[in-house]
Amino acid sequence: MLNSIINIIFIPEIFLASTSFICLLFGLYTNKNSFRQTCNFAFLILLSTTVLIYFNIGSNFANYDMLFSKSSFINFFKILVLVGSAASIIISKDYFLGIKLINFEIPILLLFSTLGMMLMISANNLMSMYLAIELQSLSLYVAAAIKRDSLSSAESGVKYFILGALSSGILLYGFSLIYGFTGSMNFDEINFYLLRYENLNLGLIFGLVFVMVGLAFKVSAVPFHMWTPDVYEGAPNSITAFFAIVPKIAAVALIYRFCLVPFENFYLEWSQIVIFLSVASMFLGAIAAIAQSNIKRLLAYSSIGHIGYILIALVAANDDGVKASSIYMFSYMVMNIAIFAILLSIKVKNEYLVNISDLKGLSKSNPIVSLSISIIMLSMAGIPPFIGFFGKFYVFIAAIENELYVLSILGVLASVISAYYYLRIIKIMYFDNKNNEEQLIFKISFQSKVILSLSLFIIICFILYPSLLINISASLTI
Amino acid sequence: MINLEHYLFLGAIIFTLGVLGIFLNKKNLIIILMSIELILLSVNINFIAFSAFINDISGQIFAMLTLTVAAAEAAIGLAILVVFFRNLGSIEVNKINKLKG
Repeated sequence: MLNSIINIIFIPEIFLASTSFICLLFGLYTNKNSFRQTCNFAFLILLSTTVLIYFNIGSNFANYDMLFSKSSFINFFKILVLVGSAASIIISKDYFLGIKLINFEIPILLLFSTLGMMLMISANNLMSMYLAIELQSLSLYVAAAIKRDSLSSAESGVKYFILGALSSGILLYGFSLIYGFTGSMNFDEINFYLLRYENLNLGLIFGLVFVMVGLAFKVSAVPFHMWTPDVYEGAPNSITAFFAIVPKIAAVALIYRFCLVPFENFYLEWSQIVIFLSVASMFLGAIAAIAQSNIKRLLAYSSIGHIGYILIALVAANDDGVKASSIYMFSYMVMNIAIFAILLSIKVKNEYLVNISDLKGLSKSNPIVSLSISIIMLSMAGIPPFIGFFGKFYVFIAAIENELYVLSILGVLASVISAYYYLRIIKIMYFDNKNNEEQLIFKISFQSKVILSLSLFIIICFILYPSLLINISASLTI
Repeated sequence: MINLEHYLFLGAIIFTLGVLGIFLNKKNLIIILMSIELILLSVNINFIAFSAFINDISGQIFAMLTLTVAAAEAAIGLAILVVFFRNLGSIEVNKINKLKG
């Protein structure tokens, strides 16, 4: 009896859910404000869940693949999500304390959305997929609007809520069609039923398109990206950091699993949609970011562009594609953690940094910070020897192996265009003269310093020992 | 005789009404919340019709779950709306324009 309870408790998802509730009660029943402790607690919970997944302690949540499934791909992405959200909670702690937004609910909301993302990645059934997506996004709607006295935060919450709910509705309509025309909700069974068909019938094509639209909203691929810049700009910076780092990873894993498990045999049908999404995202991400003056909007467009490259690897639809996507996602996560760790600790005139022009002359006052920003920007632009280069490199290799020459040429072109705005930030930091006297203050806590230096270390030193990650990602199976 | 197609048409019409309600409405955010509910309900009609037609219970279970999620979503939507109203003093859709670029 006791043994089985312990077994159940150590299933990663159940462990995360139950400890999140304990965390909530802890925050509720401590008299003094417990924001700091709740954050640390949340960080520990996420790390121990990572350990549970990595060492495979506890029994399997995937019960005969009915609702959830289990594979090395799923485990890899779950670990990415957990590490990403643990890091973003730590780097955002000082920001929240700085703007006096110290509700203990914030880390708990982030924990619940992380739980939703873990379930989303491993979902093997339309029902569990929908519920997991909703768990994730309902927590994030609240997180976007959490700064209640700020109009822009409330507005970003409204926009995110409306578009997110619309996308969930569209996704759900697609689910209903797929369910009706195959008679099952399980991914494997849908795949099995679809084996009978040469071509998809009209209902299934509609269902597939609707679901892809819904998922494109979640990964913010063009033309369904319009919420991303607004939400990134309006939400508090640290919530933006979470938005940029974590939900994208889960949504990308989900779109991979949805395309490659139930619709495995209908490559031609979904690849057309994904090719369009990918090309449009790459170019819009590259071109629209040029005109931005707000660094959060710039990073939003940059993340839209990154999604485009990941979708190229999805179109490649082979083992190389899966490998490339996991390398790319890893590098994306590390780069975003690093850039947001810096952004969340720079203050101008007692306000946290938002305008790119405020970075003028940073190289004089804080040479180390500006050097780190330059390294991250070069890495995001995909310039060797940094980690961003390897992400793009493996994506294009996967595309070329699958003879997607046009797509990879377009990808390289978009990457060149996007290098412009990344380099512009470096130019502003190093070559523009400061026109006023206000001082940039860089103040970073010890914990975020550890995370920042760790991620910078990974960005710079990945080239010395790339085989560690590449071997892991080559062994992943969907 | 009412068969599956009629239900699907009904679902499709309600879904379209919901989507149009979101895009055409210029006045009131509450109408958007109602349109979202319409979308979710149209999906429920689809699920239950399919479920009855192919004799499979899971569609009806999904419909129940969708209802629950719709309730949660409406609660959160209204909460965000109240926060928005407190800041702006209005819930007109036209006035959601602070963030753009």
